[in-house]
Amino acid sequence: MTITLFAFYVFAATAIGSGLLVVLARNPVHSVLWLILAFFSVAGLFVLMGAEYIAMLLGIVYVGAVAVLFLFVVMMLDVDFVELRSGIAHYLPLGALIGAVLLMELGMAYGHWTFAGEAGNLLQSPTPALSEADNTYALGQLIYTDYIYLFQASGLILLVAMIGAIVLTLRHRKDIKRQSVVAQMHRDPAKAMELIDVKPGQGL
Amino acid sequence: MITLEHYLGVAAILFVIGIFGIFVNRKNVIIILMSIELMLLAVNVNMVAFSVHLGDLVGQVFTLFILTVAAAEAAIGLAILVCFFRNRGTIAVEDVNVMKG
Repeated sequence: MTITLFAFYVFAATAIGSGLLVVLARNPVHSVLWLILAFFSVAGLFVLMGAEYIAMLLGIVYVGAVAVLFLFVVMMLDVDFVELRSGIAHYLPLGALIGAVLLMELGMAYGHWTFAGEAGNLLQSPTPALSEADNTYALGQLIYTDYIYLFQASGLILLVAMIGAIVLTLRHRKDIKRQSVVAQMHRDPAKAMELIDVKPGQGL
Repeated sequence: MITLEHYLGVAAILFVIGIFGIFVNRKNVIIILMSIELMLLAVNVNMVAFSVHLGDLVGQVFTLFILTVAAAEAAIGLAILVCFFRNRGTIAVEDVNVMKG
């Protein structure tokens, strides 16, 4: 068994095992941590395939942003997670049945397919030889030229998502005191303070 | 020798785990969102596997865009979740009927 094959089986088993634990873990915080492990092992699979740029992207975007966002939300919301898990035994047989049927269907589809004869001639942008350009260089050459509009559009999608998330969660609370800089700057010293001469033995 | 089918098998199993998670955790919307992320991850594995096997870089470019959309979807989904939690005090999605006329 070569080291590559061994690495493949390790990464694949870790990805599948941690994927299962994501959906079955009791504590949602543990679920997020298993999700991070699944992302890292799939990133390892990508490195094995030779797609190291996508692997790095998976580590940075998925683990660094998405999984941490999940972690924030899970820790921020004060939810009774035990109560949320109450129906799990009820749904488990149905879920397992649907999963098994779907897996069988996918297996049947994977068992019987071939590439079309002219598939080799239909390549949109063939991967350059490794001596010519490595994966990241070649992807950069492609993204910033042929796919520049799609690349800009994906930036726009992220912008819209950011604005949407802010609009949805921002709330202006009325019951807290706020600083008003303009009001502070326009205070008149003469009106700001009042001196009262209190006689002894008397209150105000 | 690792063939294309190896990667497709891993992707299929991950995808099925995602669907299984949606069915099992029907009350906990956070786990449902994580299951969707798992399914998108499986799709990405398929994309990259075919891209590498055929020697066509476009598959990896599209993986980039799937990743972008997945990140945006997670951000919006979690924002809606936080909003929902503020209004209802729970995230049980089994009996969501706020929009019922």
